[in-house]
Amino acid sequence: MSDTVPITFTLNGSSVSIAVSARERLLDVLRYRMAFTGTKEGCGEGECGACTVWLDGIPVNSCLVPAYQVRGSNVQTVEGLRVDDLDPLLRSGATQCGACTPGVVMTARWIQDHPDLLRTHTIRELMAGNLCRCTGYDGIVEGVEGLLSGDGGAS
Amino acid sequence: EIVIDPEPPLLDYRMLPSSQQIQYGDDNVFKHLRIEKGDVERALRDAPIVVEGVYETGAQEHVYLENQGMIAFTDDDVVVIKGSMQCPYYVLKAVTHALARDAEQVRIVQTPTGGGFGGKEEYPSTVALHAALLALKAGRPVKIVYDRGEDMAATTKRHPSWVRHRTGLDSAGRLLAQHIEVVIDGGAYVTLSPVVLSRAVIHAAGPYFCEHVRIDGRAVFSNAVPFGAFRGFGAPQTQFANERHMDVIARTLDVDPVTLRRINLIRDGQTTSTGQVIADGTDRVALMEQALELARYEEKQGHHRGFNAVHPTLRRGMGFATFYHGAGFTGSGEVMLRSVVYVAGRADGRVEVLSANIEMGQGTLTIFTQLAAERLGYDPDDIVIAEADTARVPNSGPTVASRTSMIVGRLVEQACDDLRDKLGLEQSVRGPAVRKAIIAWCKAHEGETPRGSAQYQKPREVTWDEESYRGDAYGTFAWATYVAEVEVDLRTYGARVLDFVAVQEIGKVLNETLARGQVQGGVVQGIGWAIMEECRWHAGAMTNHQLTNYIIPTSDDVPPIRVHFLENPYRHGAQGAKGLGELPIDGPAPAIVNAIAAATGADPRVIPVTPERLMTLSDARPVSTASTGGVNHE
Repeated sequence: MSDTVPITFTLNGSSVSIAVSARERLLDVLRYRMAFTGTKEGCGEGECGACTVWLDGIPVNSCLVPAYQVRGSNVQTVEGLRVDDLDPLLRSGATQCGACTPGVVMTARWIQDHPDLLRTHTIRELMAGNLCRCTGYDGIVEGVEGLLSGDGGAS
Repeated sequence: EIVIDPEPPLLDYRMLPSSQQIQYGDDNVFKHLRIEKGDVERALRDAPIVVEGVYETGAQEHVYLENQGMIAFTDDDVVVIKGSMQCPYYVLKAVTHALARDAEQVRIVQTPTGGGFGGKEEYPSTVALHAALLALKAGRPVKIVYDRGEDMAATTKRHPSWVRHRTGLDSAGRLLAQHIEVVIDGGAYVTLSPVVLSRAVIHAAGPYFCEHVRIDGRAVFSNAVPFGAFRGFGAPQTQFANERHMDVIARTLDVDPVTLRRINLIRDGQTTSTGQVIADGTDRVALMEQALELARYEEKQGHHRGFNAVHPTLRRGMGFATFYHGAGFTGSGEVMLRSVVYVAGRADGRVEVLSANIEMGQGTLTIFTQLAAERLGYDPDDIVIAEADTARVPNSGPTVASRTSMIVGRLVEQACDDLRDKLGLEQSVRGPAVRKAIIAWCKAHEGETPRGSAQYQKPREVTWDEESYRGDAYGTFAWATYVAEVEVDLRTYGARVLDFVAVQEIGKVLNETLARGQVQGGVVQGIGWAIMEECRWHAGAMTNHQLTNYIIPTSDDVPPIRVHFLENPYRHGAQGAKGLGELPIDGPAPAIVNAIAAATGADPRVIPVTPERLMTLSDARPVSTASTGGVNHE
């Protein structure tokens, strides 16, 4: 593969190196080259948010990120989260089938880390980039409230 | 040389086909069903008032977040298929038939499935077969995963429907006659359309009593994409028509919509359109009144009158729907399925539940664990749910039709009791004593496990005649009233749901979090169907087969869904539960469109009520900025 470029980036705190082609999406590199299959593909065009990862601390749709662009960056996937930190989301019914869940929890944990956002935005606005077809969103919104208050979230 | 001589496709199922376009019989109607009660023609002739209306619903795409996908490989002589599906035994039947193999030479394994909503009831058989054929030809494992574009373009969708009501009434609004014609677009393949049509016609007259009813249902061929199972399975279409029609009647007669329902809601001892006697003790009028109370229906109507009188651009309104949903397979369906469940003891004393019913987010694993643990007095951690692998689990039927908790869950309980019998225990024995008996049994029977089983038995009092479509269409119905508060912006004609109250009687709530999640998820899917989700077509193909322009609700498009349950245990359901999964999608569309009608004075009869559609219907216009000083503040 002569058209590949070697890149090095930080994945969930560890430095990784891999040769990627210009056409490869970060989503595919994570899933099919590195076996980080927690990140899901829902639509492949940046609408559903199932493939959300943090790129240098900001949630992005990994289906829209060319892999070579993460050279030197910090990528965090759902595998890098601590399960215990997600307890409020589990208890509030934020997850049903689980296909949107990896993306939902990446956005939810990001909101938890940036509570100042709630001065200008509602949780519903901040979560609008993560489509869920099962829950109707109430469980997700209550789960985020639980993360923010640290009390478990279930009403 | 190939010569192509194109024939004109039949793309509008409502049109009469030309002779060239006939694919079945002499009219393309491949399923006709009739429900007949009393003498509808005489009753319509004699009725002082007759109100007519035509209502239509559009196709809807499931948009499960996980697309269709299958893996196939061979293991010695056995074709193994693993993937996303609701019905492992349906896939088994399709694959064994297509490959001309015995059931022992094919093994189907369901993997935890990323949403289904009916979209993984029949279509996965196609993907499975494609993967199997390729794996056999290649001699290598084959994985097929659809991308979103292919999934939306190729897989089944909710049937579009056309429903005409002719309703005879007295001047107070009492129903004297209901003549209902239902047509669904069958698409280019039969799929499950005949069964969808069956549920559609049975629910078409709504939860009301009327002495004279005729319902004619037709599924017609067209050259459209295939339509198939989708949560609600025909009932949302016909109940949209019926509940919209009730509000049209109310407006025509100048009767309050609440009064109209109060007069006509079915009372215990009265019969449905199929002659099924309802006598479950549920007070359906009180249920409706509780929903209206929780939604502050009257009070908000007062507020809205004031608001709408002065606001230059926004219009608010309240709307509601009263409805029902029969759980489990229709008519003789459950009898023909003859579902079987096993509950087996393991050498370590744990208990395993074996069924073909699958987890797709709705909670099968939790509910079966809960039911077995409570029945046997076990810690939930000591209950194991077997993987839905056709080589191991019995055929307990498909995971559809809101049947898993109510019907299969009851079999889980009975199989637990049978396990106790097999162990020689009294039925009162629970917990550690059961565990001890299992361990002892396993020691005494080297290499075997004690196994209880249960098979579905029709409740004696349930009778159904498939020929005449008379009798008990379902073992039981769940009852509901949903209330919507809607705001329409006359600058954009966009409608927004401000508040939503869902009250339902579902027998028994087995798990509050899961039950609430089913209702909230179903309501939001219904909000999408009502005002947002529109399949667009060109030459028979879906053109907006991507999430960029097929719009489903986000968290910011919907309000909190306020859910309230009433309980009235159903004696043949697990712990008294009735089916729940589908009920919540029957009510939102009519409730919301009734609210849009109340808000704007428009009379929408076709969903989705997109802004474009509402603009063409609505006489309401924003007050010009010139006449209000050019500024409006909310």
